[in-house]
Amino acid sequence: MTIYADNAATTRMSQTAINAMLPYMGEIYGNPSSLHTVGQKANEALTEARERVAKCFGCEPREILFTSGGSEADNQAIVSAARIGEKKGKKHIISTAFEHHAVLHTLAKLEKEGFDVTLLDVHENGIVTPEEVAAAIRPDTCLVTIMYANNEIGSIQPIPEIGKVCHEKGVLFHTDAVQAAGHIHIDVNEQNIDMLSLSAHKFHGPKGTGVLFAKKSIPLTNIIEGGAQERGKRGGTENIPGIMATAAALEEACANIDKNAAHLIPLRDKLIAGLDKIPHSILNGDRVNRLPGNVNFCFEGIEGESLLLLLDDKGICASSGSACTSGSLDPSHVLLAIGRVHDVAHGSLRLSLGEDVTEEQVDYMIAAVTDVVAYLRSMSPVWRDLQEGRREYILK
Amino acid sequence: MALYSDKVMDHFRNPRNVGVLEDANGIGEVGNTMCGDIMKIYLKVNDDEIIEDVKFETFGCGSAIASSSMATELIKGKPVSEALELTNKAVAEALDGLPAHKMHCSVLAEEAIQAALEDYQNKKLAAKQGVTQP
Ligand SMILES: Cc1ncc(COP(=O)(O)O)c(C=O)c1O
Ligand SMILES: [Zn+2]
Repeated sequence: MTIYADNAATTRMSQTAINAMLPYMGEIYGNPSSLHTVGQKANEALTEARERVAKCFGCEPREILFTSGGSEADNQAIVSAARIGEKKGKKHIISTAFEHHAVLHTLAKLEKEGFDVTLLDVHENGIVTPEEVAAAIRPDTCLVTIMYANNEIGSIQPIPEIGKVCHEKGVLFHTDAVQAAGHIHIDVNEQNIDMLSLSAHKFHGPKGTGVLFAKKSIPLTNIIEGGAQERGKRGGTENIPGIMATAAALEEACANIDKNAAHLIPLRDKLIAGLDKIPHSILNGDRVNRLPGNVNFCFEGIEGESLLLLLDDKGICASSGSACTSGSLDPSHVLLAIGRVHDVAHGSLRLSLGEDVTEEQVDYMIAAVTDVVAYLRSMSPVWRDLQEGRREYILK
Repeated sequence: MALYSDKVMDHFRNPRNVGVLEDANGIGEVGNTMCGDIMKIYLKVNDDEIIEDVKFETFGCGSAIASSSMATELIKGKPVSEALELTNKAVAEALDGLPAHKMHCSVLAEEAIQAALEDYQNKKLAAKQGVTQP
């Protein structure tokens, strides 16, 4: 038996998405830029896919740009806003400390070019407030980029309110909605979003395809130079099979947001309640403003990689923000950003549930995690020191 | 997971010599929670300078647990003089290799064994001289 509880890393493609892409690998294989019939059929499909994606976010088709994924969309959104800003002498960008590296590394690159970047604190619950964003905005601020929902701890940001604050102050607002799209209702106009990134493989679409929504008034800067595809804003023959599957997966996910949430949230909360019973553990991220499928805990006295390996032996696919799983010396920047100290951050576990998860599976996961944590603690010198009073517990 | 050799996974899943030695006469602990791996080694050395028993406790990743397990196997029943020669390379090789970014785990195992041996020798010296260690 396998329980795949790593849907924040990637998801299995839905049959709908697979079916949507197949014809474009076979019969309809043309290049949308070709004038002949075979090419024009592909071009029609592309136009249709763009309309369908736009509809999911309440924007215009011409505001949708297909990319190679979430990372590229993040890069292009941020670099575009920076180029617009610097023309006006505005070289300040506001973001948060727990963004994805696609955002953080792009900001670091801009910093080297002389941009000033403010990374807002996200507090222990992993949520930044609109007031804090407002207070950070300066006359030279050209962009606020804040993720919709965090990929590790699942906390959902008050995006419409943050967008409102940005618009009141005349600042562009981008959100990395890679974890939110298809899982939370998003209307870019109602929610005051100027630019948004998403990645299809997070909602049962294919890997290597993504979308950048950018308001038509925003002139984009190319990340990939080339032909005139995507209105000249992204060179390269369009990934038609991927784009068709992206549109299909997104439509399906968006149509089922409420149904999926109604199924997932009670199971998520049952899993949280079960893991909460493990002594000296803590839930990471907000209890309420949280992605429907996200559960993330730290367990004191153990290390995350060994936890993952033993859970894998029990058929559970999970992930961790421990240093040893990333290959770096530091544990996850997200966990450090919400104030978890190294000792505790090493013992983190993320279970990101799929829509097909069952109550039996949740019960099994609670039992398995409880057992494995107890086992690893039994061989941990840190745990012994805690138990015997030579070291102070960090988690109550 | 193909990250590790079968040998590593075997020692990770079924670690040898886990636990505490109540009558240990050499104890070594290395690592810290900042870096994410901590190993503690307990030795029972007999009068003939043979490592009669050895146990370990480890907080760490799969390769840290496997390295501790293998290191204890390599020195169990061996004379102290031989154990002093144990290298991290020997531990890694006995595990059929470790991924490059996990070599530090075998280094930690070597250091934990050496720390425990040093503790044993210090205690022996202290006992001989009839002084208690500061
Ligand atoms: C929040 C967030 N942003 C960006 C990305 C990058 O997306 P992609 O892998 O499609 O480039 C991810 C996926 O790992 C993510 O979770
Ligand atoms: Zn390690």
